[in-house]
Amino acid sequence: MPETVIKVEGLSKRYRYGVIGHGTLYKDLQSWWARLRGREDPNIKFTSDVGPGLEGEWFWALQNISFGVQQGEVLGIIGRNGAGKSTLLKILSRVTTPTKGVAKVRGRIASLLEIGTGFHPELTGRENVYLNGAILGMTKAETKSKFDEIVEFSGLERFIDTPVKRYSSGMYVRLAFAVAAHLEPEILLVDEVLAVGDVEFQKKCLGKMDAVARGGRTILFVSHNMSAIRSLCRRTILIDKGKLLMDSSTDQTVAHYLDQNLLEGAIASSEQIESRMEGQINRSNPSVRFRRIALLDENSVPKNSFDSDEDIIVSITFECLRSVQNLHILVNVVDENNFPILSTQNVDDPTITTNFYQLSQGVYDALCILPGNTFGGRRFFLTVCLVNLKTEHVTVKKILEFEVKFQGYNNSYGGTGDVFFRPQLKWIMRPVDKRGLNIPQR
Amino acid sequence: MDGAQKEQEQWDLILRPRTGWFDLHLQDLWRYRDLISLFIKRDFVTFYKQTVLGPLWYIIQPVLITVVFTVVFKKIAGISTDGIQGYLFYLSGVVLWNYFANCLNETSHTFVKNAGIFGKVYFPRFTVPVSTVIINLVKFGIQLILFVGFYIYFVARGSQVRPTLLILFLPVLIFQMAVLSLGAGILISSLTTKYRDLTFVMTFAIQLWMYASSVVIPASKVPERFLYFYMMNPMASVIEMFRYSVFGVGVVNPIFTCISWVITLVVFFGGVVLFSRIEKSFMDTV
Repeated sequence: MPETVIKVEGLSKRYRYGVIGHGTLYKDLQSWWARLRGREDPNIKFTSDVGPGLEGEWFWALQNISFGVQQGEVLGIIGRNGAGKSTLLKILSRVTTPTKGVAKVRGRIASLLEIGTGFHPELTGRENVYLNGAILGMTKAETKSKFDEIVEFSGLERFIDTPVKRYSSGMYVRLAFAVAAHLEPEILLVDEVLAVGDVEFQKKCLGKMDAVARGGRTILFVSHNMSAIRSLCRRTILIDKGKLLMDSSTDQTVAHYLDQNLLEGAIASSEQIESRMEGQINRSNPSVRFRRIALLDENSVPKNSFDSDEDIIVSITFECLRSVQNLHILVNVVDENNFPILSTQNVDDPTITTNFYQLSQGVYDALCILPGNTFGGRRFFLTVCLVNLKTEHVTVKKILEFEVKFQGYNNSYGGTGDVFFRPQLKWIMRPVDKRGLNIPQR
Repeated sequence: MDGAQKEQEQWDLILRPRTGWFDLHLQDLWRYRDLISLFIKRDFVTFYKQTVLGPLWYIIQPVLITVVFTVVFKKIAGISTDGIQGYLFYLSGVVLWNYFANCLNETSHTFVKNAGIFGKVYFPRFTVPVSTVIINLVKFGIQLILFVGFYIYFVARGSQVRPTLLILFLPVLIFQMAVLSLGAGILISSLTTKYRDLTFVMTFAIQLWMYASSVVIPASKVPERFLYFYMMNPMASVIEMFRYSVFGVGVVNPIFTCISWVITLVVFFGGVVLFSRIEKSFMDTV
């Protein structure tokens, strides 16, 4: 049975808002002198004025968090900005202490909270590797035994004896990550480091983390990159406003997070799309890339609440990074459980010509018109796929949400129309005789 | 139950809200000894790389101060130097005082200066002031050699000063200065996280402290009834002992030595306790 290497019990952390009182010595002496003479403390007045709001000055960055991590597990930690993810890692890495609760750790912890910590610009790459290694808890002998590996990983063999002040920011980060990646702690804390460096280097980093995990070591991985979380972690916890919201399999937690975190606007930016991309993605050399997905009305105004008689325009802006032979664009409307309701493709159009799917390099805007008087009055979600036939298949699930307000037809009572479809269809009404035969009308 | 108990014993690290006053984690310091040596190397290398005149300044500064002191205090004010050559007398005080003041000044900025790095990575914070005290030995060594040069020159010119056996305890004196400056430095460093205005006080407090430390006025000129009080300043005792060991003249007394050591250790342990307390909550207040 794998043993538990981290056990967090009821961990809470309280911070104070705003500037923390650097009490001046003068004020403290003043208070002390006043007390000594039995007078009223001149500084107490000030604080009692603030009295009622004092409680509001504090906020809980973490509240009663409990979880355990097994040896060799790669635990994903997700949540919005400011949810408390980094605070949690900071407590575990001993940078700060908890206000309540206990965290127990077995084995040595090293963190990649901020890589390149302690790099000195005047020192050479070589000297910084040793210094940084030592700051991260390695002995000189350990760093020495890993030195060649570190340099090779960073790809900076030629510059290793150059002062790092002459490095580009990319080189700097690569060297810093290389040191951190070759630490040999039993537990590694990783926070957002993958946001830096070029694509190739990011791939290397993910690979390294995977290898570290395979080596039986434990990783806690904080990221906003859902595809990285999905590929590395089997279990993921979701933190929201300092509370542990979910602790489950990565698929479930990520799905929950994405649903909860649905975009409120009618426009999804490329970063938002990126975080939801799934499928067969060629990250290092993509042929197509999403720029923007938006919901528009007939006047091209972005919105996500439509009357049922309005046309809904799905605008997909994408870039072909090279010429593409057979590009299919799919727009699916799904319900909250991801159940598909409607699907349409660019190549369905009856007026189709090759310029619908054979595209040269450039930026395109594909518009798909969902006609009015189609949907019922409820919430829908939009899933979009770009398929470069036989090479890439990128799906962006539930990227936007929209609401349809059923307007009723012909001023008659139509109910709320809480169904998927409520189209205005052709109806026929005619009288029949007892045998069911038509009575010809005059 | 048995398994649960066993599990409890095996935790390597338990992170709790508030630990006791004496939870110092000094064993961590030993584990991070390589870090201390690398900090020393870093400071040495960066210093060496940056300034051309660097090491020369270490020589110019004490010489200039010694000349000024000799002119002002000996020639103009006519203050006694215990019958020792003015230059030798002041230089001995200045060299020792420089080491102490540099260490104190630098260690007292430990938290404020390193806030960035402390906020990102854990390593025993104590490594920073400890390495500061050690790297300053290099400067001190250079200045001590300068002093030895002066000493030999004046002896050759017929000065009557002669070293005593107490000189064998020179390493102990240096050690005491290191411990005292480290203790006082981290004490002040811890206090400055709360009282920022202490930083300004520090600059002139060190100046004033110098005049009460036998650098300029020998303890032999302090009135008898104030002598015990005066010697409660450990630096006064250290400088007097140093002068006695190299010149054979000075106010040295086992009781004074004991007093100075007691105060040194009190300051040191006070500093260590406060420092290790502050280092845990420091990141939330800075």
